[in-house]
Amino acid sequence: MATALSRKDFVSDQEVRWCPGCGDYAILAQVQKTMPELGIARENIVFISGIGCSSRFPYYMNTYGFHTIHGRAPALATGLKVTRPDLDVWVVTGDGDALSIGGNHFIHVLRRNVDLKILLFNNRIYGLTKGQYSPTSEVGKITKSTPMGSVDFPFNALSLGLGAHSSFVARSIDVEQKHLGEMLKRAHAHRGSAFIEILQNCNIFNDGAFDDVSDKQIKAEHQLILEHGKPLIFGKNRDKGIRMNGMRPEVVKLGGEFTEKDLVVHDETNFPSAFMLANFEAPMPTPLGVFYAVARPTFDGAMNKQLGDAKTKMGAGDIKALLHRGDTWTVN
Amino acid sequence: MAVRPEAAVGNVAGSSKLGGEANGTAEAKPSEQRDHVVIRFAGDSGDGMQLVGMQFTTESALAGNDIATLPDFPAEIRAPAGTLAGVSGFQLNFSSSEIFTPGDEPDVLVAMNPAGLAANLEDLHPNGVLIVDKDAFSDSNLKRAGYSSNPLTDHSLDKYQLFQIEITRLTALAVHDLGLSNREAFRCRNFYTLGLLSWLYQRPIESTVAWIEGRFKKTPELLDANMRSFRAGYNFGETAEMFVSSYKVGPARIAPGFYRNITGNSATALGFVAAAIKAGRPLFLGSYPITPASEVLHELSGYKNFPVYTFQAEDEIAGVGAAIGAAFGGAIGITTTSGPGLDLKAEAIGLAVKTELPLVITDVQRAGPSTGMPTKPEQADLLTAMYGRHGESPIPIIAAATPSDCFDCAYEAVRIAVKYMTPVILLTDGQLANGAEPWVVPDPDKLAPIKVEFATDPNGFMPYTRDEKTLSRPWAIPGTPGLEHRIGGLSSENLTGNVSYSPANNELMVRLRARKIAGIAREIPPTEIFGDPDGSDLVVLGWGSTFGPIREAVKQLRAKGRKVSQVHLRYLNPLPPDLGEVLHRFKKVMVAELNMGQLLKMVRAEYLIDAIGCNKIQGRPFKVSELTGRIGRALEG
Repeated sequence: MATALSRKDFVSDQEVRWCPGCGDYAILAQVQKTMPELGIARENIVFISGIGCSSRFPYYMNTYGFHTIHGRAPALATGLKVTRPDLDVWVVTGDGDALSIGGNHFIHVLRRNVDLKILLFNNRIYGLTKGQYSPTSEVGKITKSTPMGSVDFPFNALSLGLGAHSSFVARSIDVEQKHLGEMLKRAHAHRGSAFIEILQNCNIFNDGAFDDVSDKQIKAEHQLILEHGKPLIFGKNRDKGIRMNGMRPEVVKLGGEFTEKDLVVHDETNFPSAFMLANFEAPMPTPLGVFYAVARPTFDGAMNKQLGDAKTKMGAGDIKALLHRGDTWTVN
Repeated sequence: MAVRPEAAVGNVAGSSKLGGEANGTAEAKPSEQRDHVVIRFAGDSGDGMQLVGMQFTTESALAGNDIATLPDFPAEIRAPAGTLAGVSGFQLNFSSSEIFTPGDEPDVLVAMNPAGLAANLEDLHPNGVLIVDKDAFSDSNLKRAGYSSNPLTDHSLDKYQLFQIEITRLTALAVHDLGLSNREAFRCRNFYTLGLLSWLYQRPIESTVAWIEGRFKKTPELLDANMRSFRAGYNFGETAEMFVSSYKVGPARIAPGFYRNITGNSATALGFVAAAIKAGRPLFLGSYPITPASEVLHELSGYKNFPVYTFQAEDEIAGVGAAIGAAFGGAIGITTTSGPGLDLKAEAIGLAVKTELPLVITDVQRAGPSTGMPTKPEQADLLTAMYGRHGESPIPIIAAATPSDCFDCAYEAVRIAVKYMTPVILLTDGQLANGAEPWVVPDPDKLAPIKVEFATDPNGFMPYTRDEKTLSRPWAIPGTPGLEHRIGGLSSENLTGNVSYSPANNELMVRLRARKIAGIAREIPPTEIFGDPDGSDLVVLGWGSTFGPIREAVKQLRAKGRKVSQVHLRYLNPLPPDLGEVLHRFKKVMVAELNMGQLLKMVRAEYLIDAIGCNKIQGRPFKVSELTGRIGRALEG
C-alpha cells in the first residue's frame, strides 16, 4: 500500500493559512513529496507540533497529527514513541518553540536519543505573535519588543543540539528543495533523535534573514555543502576550501599554495569537527548537510528492551500475585 | 481501619509464624491487657525512626490488630544532627477494636535524643510512658535541642513514667566483637529499640527477623549486627528489672478476608496497575520526582513486566506531556505529582480536556503555598483541581479517604478517564501517602470492568462524534488505517475536529464537554450517611484523609447522645446528584477540611446552604478532640 502513495495522498483537506510567500510552504511541499518515498504506511506516520507558525504543520499533513502546546511537542512525542515504537513520529517546531519555551524538552529529548525526527524551522523571529525577537535573533535586532535593539546573545541551534549530544544533526534551507528532501530521507533512515535545522524565511517579519545562503546570485560563495568523506570545498567555481591552521579552521583559495589534499575531509562521525562546523560564522561559509550522525542506543528501544527483559525474567504481570505480595495474613 | 462494626469475631492466622518462642519467653513476666496503644517514635532523621515505625506496624498488623499510622518527618534528608529541625517521628495506633485515626496523643513516647523529646513531649499524656536513650542526653545534644538543664535529672519529667535506658551503650555491647565502626554500631540503635518495644507489647517478631535477613543479605556483618541488636533489645525488656510487666493488645474483631498492610502511595500504584490490566492496555507513568508523591514512581518502576512504562521526565510538564502522548497512542497515561507540580501541569491538562484524551493526574497534596511544608499533609488543592486552568475546562475529581481507599480511587479514576475520554484528577495527600492500614486485598475478578474499544471503522469516521449516553468521543489511535486525523488545542469544529473560530461552535463545544463531565454524576452511588439517615441536628461533611478523625469524632459524640452524622465525599466533581437534598435534611452542615474552606465554598455556591467551616492549616491532620470541640460548639451556637 505504502509504495503506491503519491504526494497528493499526504495533502490534507485543510486550507493552508501561512502568509503568502512564507518559507513554510516550500518545506511542507518537500515533506509531502518525500513521504511516499519513505515506504511507510500513512496510518503509521504521526506529526506532532508545539505552538507557532511552523506548528500548524500537522493540520496540513494527511497523516495522524497532534498540535499540542507551546514547547512541549518533544515530551508528547516521547510518550507516544516509547509506547508505540511501531509508529514513525515527526516533531515540527520553531526557534521560539524549541529553543525558548521548550528549550528544556529540546535538549533532553536529544540527549535521551528518542527515535524522533525533529524539524526545527528557524526564521530567527517570532512570527505568530507578530514580530518579536527570538532566541536565535542576532544581537541588536530591532523588533516590536526591542525598539533599541535586542541585547540577548543568541543560541546557535546546531551547537545546542550537539551540546546535548544529539546523535544526528543536520541543516538545510527552505529554498533548496532537493537538498531538503535528501536531509529528510537521511533523518528518517537514522535510528534515534534526528535533528534538522531548516533555515526558513519569514517574509513578513524577518525577510531576507538567510539571503546570503539562499540568493541565487551569491549563495555559492556562502554555502558549504557537507558530504561525508569529501573535502570541504565551496564557491561558484569550487575554488575555495576549508583547511586547519593548527587548531583553527580557515578559508583558503585552491590552485595556488593549497590543493584539495590540504583541506579538511568531512567526517560525520567526528564530534569535534561537527561542533566546529556548527559554529562557523562569517567570513566562514554556512555549512548545509549532515554535520554529525552516529549510532547510539535509542531511549525507546532501551526502555522497551527493559520491559521485554522483565517479562522474560518474571513472566507476564499477574495482578493477583501482585496484590498478594508482602506480609499478608488471613482472618477466618 | 479495616474493621467494620458489623464484622464477625475473627481468628487470626498469620501467613508467617505467629506467637513463637520469643512470645513464649516473655510470659516469664506478667502481661497486662490494653484495648489500644498509641506509640510515637521520635529521633534524628538519620536514626531510622520511619523504619522502626513501619516494622512495628507490620508486626502489629500480623498480630491481628487494627492499625493506623502517621509518619511525620522533615523535608530535609539530614538536617543538622540533634536539632529540632531534624526530628523525625512515626506514630502508630494499634488496637483490639476498630480505630479510625493514628491517635490524637501518644500513650508512649520513645525519644532517641533530646531534640526528639523536646519536639514531642507536649503531646504525651500525663502519666504516659516515656522511653529515652539516656546516652544521647549529652551536654552538646541538650544544648542543640535548646535545653538549659537536663530534663532527665531536673524533675521536669516527674509526671511521666520515665524509663532511662542506655540504648547506645547496650547496642554497642551487643555488637562489640563484630569489628564495626562506632558509627555503624550507633546506627543499630533503632533495631535495639524495636526489639525492646516488641517485647513490651508482645509483638510477633518473625516478620522483622525475616526483614533483617532479606535487607542485609549481602552484608553479613550488618545482618549480624542488626539482628543481635534487635534480640538484645527484646531480651533486655524481658530480663532487666525495669519493666514490671509487658502489655497485650489482642487481635481486633476483624472482618474475615485476606489482608495485607498498605500505604496510600502503594495502594495508588497498585490501583493503576490493576486498572491497566483490566483495560488490557499498557500503563505509562510520566512523572518528575516530588515529595510526597515519588513513591508511586518508585513502586511502578518495579512492575515493568505488566507492562508498566515509567518515564522520569525532565520536569513536571514533560511528565504530563508524555502521558498525554502515550494516551494518544492508546496507553493508559498517568502522571503523579504534588501541589507545585499540579500548577506546572495546568496547561497540559487543559490540552487533554480540549482534545478529550484519557489521563489521570494524581496530586498527593502537601502543605502550601509555594514550596510550603513538603512532607506535611493539607487539602488546599481542591479549588486548583476544580478551576486551576484557563478557560472552561471541567475535570472529574476523586479523593481517597484512607490509605487503602487509594487503590479503589486510582482504579476508579482510570475507569472514568477511559469511559468518558477525559483527564481525571485523583486527590490524595501526604498523610494517606505514607500512612498505613490493614487492607482486605480485593479479588481482581470482582473489580469493575474497564472497557477499551478503539475506533477502527473508517466509514464515516470523525474524531469528535459522541457516544449518545456518555458523550465521549471515539479513541482513534495512530496506526489505524483510514482514521488519519488531526487534533490539537485550537478550538475545533464539532464532529470533524477541524480548526474553527466560529463563535457558536465554540460555545457548543464548551457546553458539550461540560455536559459530558456533569453526566458522570449518573454513575455516583447514593450518598451514605453515617448516623441519622433522615437528618438531625448536624452533619459533618468531609472529603479525603479527614475521614478517620471525623468518623471517630462523630462516633464519640453519638455515644454521648448528640445528634450528629457524617457524610464523606469521594466524588468532588461532579458532586453526587443527591448531595444537596441529603444536606438539606440536617439543621446544620459543617464542612471539615484541612484548608481555608474550599469544599465549603463549593457547597455554599452549589446548594445555597449556609454551611459552617471547620478548618486547620497546620500541615497536620485533625485531632479527634479538636473536632468534637468544634462540633460541640456548633451544636450549641
